[in-house]
Amino acid sequence: MAATKRPLSPHLQVYRPQVTSIMSILHRMCGVGLMFGTILFTYWITSAAYGPEAFERAQSIMGSWFGQLILFGFTFALFFHTANGIRHIFWDVGLGFEIESVKKSAAAVVAFSFLMTALTWYVALSRAGEL
Amino acid sequence: MEMRSHLSQARGPGSTDHGVQHWISQRFSAIILVPLSLWFVYSVLGLIGADFAAFQAWQSEPGNVILMVVFLLAMFQHGQIGMCVVIEDYMHPEWLKNTSILIVRYTAFLACVSCILTVLRVAFTA
Repeated sequence: MAATKRPLSPHLQVYRPQVTSIMSILHRMCGVGLMFGTILFTYWITSAAYGPEAFERAQSIMGSWFGQLILFGFTFALFFHTANGIRHIFWDVGLGFEIESVKKSAAAVVAFSFLMTALTWYVALSRAGEL
Repeated sequence: MEMRSHLSQARGPGSTDHGVQHWISQRFSAIILVPLSLWFVYSVLGLIGADFAAFQAWQSEPGNVILMVVFLLAMFQHGQIGMCVVIEDYMHPEWLKNTSILIVRYTAFLACVSCILTVLRVAFTA
């Protein structure tokens, strides 16, 4: 039998964007992004095994504009994925499934992510003496 | 010839009891990662501009060694499972899917071991 080319899940091309689907996609994108960011994190940690010179080079790379740009994205992704992950845990135990609460919790996650990212970077830039 | 007993055939297809293990492990690691991620962000803020000596002083505090190792284990476990789930969902050719999963698993394992050994080395040579 010849394989028919039916659309496979997740049907992104025929799905009207909604709060729920956008949050779900963002959750995955942030998760995958965090894992790519972990490559940089691994470099930063393991550099310490090679002594002060290597570690301090890694520190200055993290502090460069390019490093800060990636870390900024990493910060937002971390807060978003963490907050939305809590939402998922609540769903796993069967709570918060009503459309109203789903929309409210989505708004709370987005607000929390922006707020915590701003707060974290306010502290970070103050400490770095760049503010 | 069917090698499985009538009982096992009746109970369901394949090894249904192992499949759920990934799902549970993903949730277990997720829950512990909530406080640990916040601790991690807080710690990194304290390490901005730190030289090696300051990093070593921070890393060699007993509480920080323990939390860091637990954070690394949970984070790589959680991230590795998550990446595999995404790959299983979006990469349809069998060879591409299996190769990607293999690469993700080995890379995560290697990175996790490297990070933990570094943390211990830095902490115990202070």
